[in-house]
Amino acid sequence: MIPFDYVRAGSIDEAIALGAEPEARFLAGGTNIVDLMKETVERPARIVDIGRLGLDAIEGRQDGGLRLGALAANADTAYHPLVERDYPLLTSAILAGASPQLRNAATNGGNLNQRTRCYYFYDVATPCNKREPGTGCSAIGGVNRNHAILGASEACIATHPSDMCVALAALDAVVRVSGPNGEREIAFADYHRLPGDEPQKDNTLLPGELVTAIDLPAQHFREHYSYLKLRDRLSYAFALVSVAAALSFDGDRIAEARVALGGVAHKPWRKRDAEDILIGTEASQQQFAACADRLLEGAIGRGANDFKIDLAKRAVVRALTQAAADTPQSQVDKKIA
Amino acid sequence: MRQPAKLPLDLTVNGHSHSLELSPEVTLLDLLRERLHLTGTKKGCDHGQCGACTILVDGRRINSCLKLAVTLDGAEITTIEGLADGSRLHPLQAAFVERDAFQCGYCTPGQICSAQGLINEGRAKTREEIRELMSGNLCRCGAYTNIADAIGDVVHAGGQAFEEAAE
Repeated sequence: MIPFDYVRAGSIDEAIALGAEPEARFLAGGTNIVDLMKETVERPARIVDIGRLGLDAIEGRQDGGLRLGALAANADTAYHPLVERDYPLLTSAILAGASPQLRNAATNGGNLNQRTRCYYFYDVATPCNKREPGTGCSAIGGVNRNHAILGASEACIATHPSDMCVALAALDAVVRVSGPNGEREIAFADYHRLPGDEPQKDNTLLPGELVTAIDLPAQHFREHYSYLKLRDRLSYAFALVSVAAALSFDGDRIAEARVALGGVAHKPWRKRDAEDILIGTEASQQQFAACADRLLEGAIGRGANDFKIDLAKRAVVRALTQAAADTPQSQVDKKIA
Repeated sequence: MRQPAKLPLDLTVNGHSHSLELSPEVTLLDLLRERLHLTGTKKGCDHGQCGACTILVDGRRINSCLKLAVTLDGAEITTIEGLADGSRLHPLQAAFVERDAFQCGYCTPGQICSAQGLINEGRAKTREEIRELMSGNLCRCGAYTNIADAIGDVVHAGGQAFEEAAE
């Protein structure tokens, strides 16, 4: 690890002021950035430890929603009684990711801000536009089994690795940030970005901005949801494809539908017009397949990840079927019913 | 290359207080092994992918390889060396011996500390839950069947909490 200065922030204002300096990085749980520093992918001059700022409460909001503190651990979030009861989709997604040890250390804000696990991003001996803009993308034409099929560019085909964020996207969460210019809210769909020609930017945070909380709307979809994650081994592996599916019904007909994909793009992948196909229809394999086709429109395989296109379509149908039947995917027994 | 100032750090490790001065880039794993000579905690991958370095911080299991030690000022750390009571093995240690839950033994300290964390969390009752919630600990000898059996023995015997076991 390249030596760095370490400062423990005593207040949010101090953290923002220190974090706005070039070459400063925030440190919370550390499960990703410490690893990236070991690999010299991240070379901060200063680490601003935000671990003692509090910001770890999980509490109900007046509109019936829930506020998740940015520094609450992923495990404490997944197992919080209000999250388990009201947002089981979020609990399921968090428990599908990483390992118990990592979930104990990793925070909610850190989960949003973790970097891709693209091998080339980690390997400083290879070109990577995300790590060193302008050097090229080694994954295009390289080993790309885990890479993006949607929304990628010729500059970068990396995926966002989070499971939690896929559920947050489906739930229409809102990210609360504080920065040098005050506080603002960012709709989850606008938080992460597609690579375009600036793949070094994972999200829309401005310099010095700090995630303070994630707000969940009152609509929890606790009756009809599923988080289905498909990967090369049953646990402790990143998604090849994952689906956060949530439905609500008016009688026999679907009133609301949310479908977000993980493992396929630079951000959780949602398309309103794909979800709209389901509105007002009775839950059927035909409608689910139509939704999946629309969601995967424009998908491009890069060779080793071609399989993801079919896999994602089938996973969408399966996850929606599970959600409609109120038989969500278990994160313990991984049998896919 | 700049040499950052060393920072003060107070830690309790296996019941012993330590007042240290440390460079900020030192991980808890390296502190335990290289400075405190507690080599029971193993460095496997050093990237949070294998679980061999699992220890308990204030009773919670984490990967010590991914934790900068200076962030833990005031914390209580428990490593594999802190589990037995003199010559009396911790119930998990005894169960691992009884069930032959290892071959080379390199992952075992991490497995046992992780299992204690699992018991503290109270989320694993069934064999499937134990296996899923131990998935952060890899065993390249493939002793998983016996590891799950050993942990199951302790969980089903009432999952004696660490605090009691370490008295």
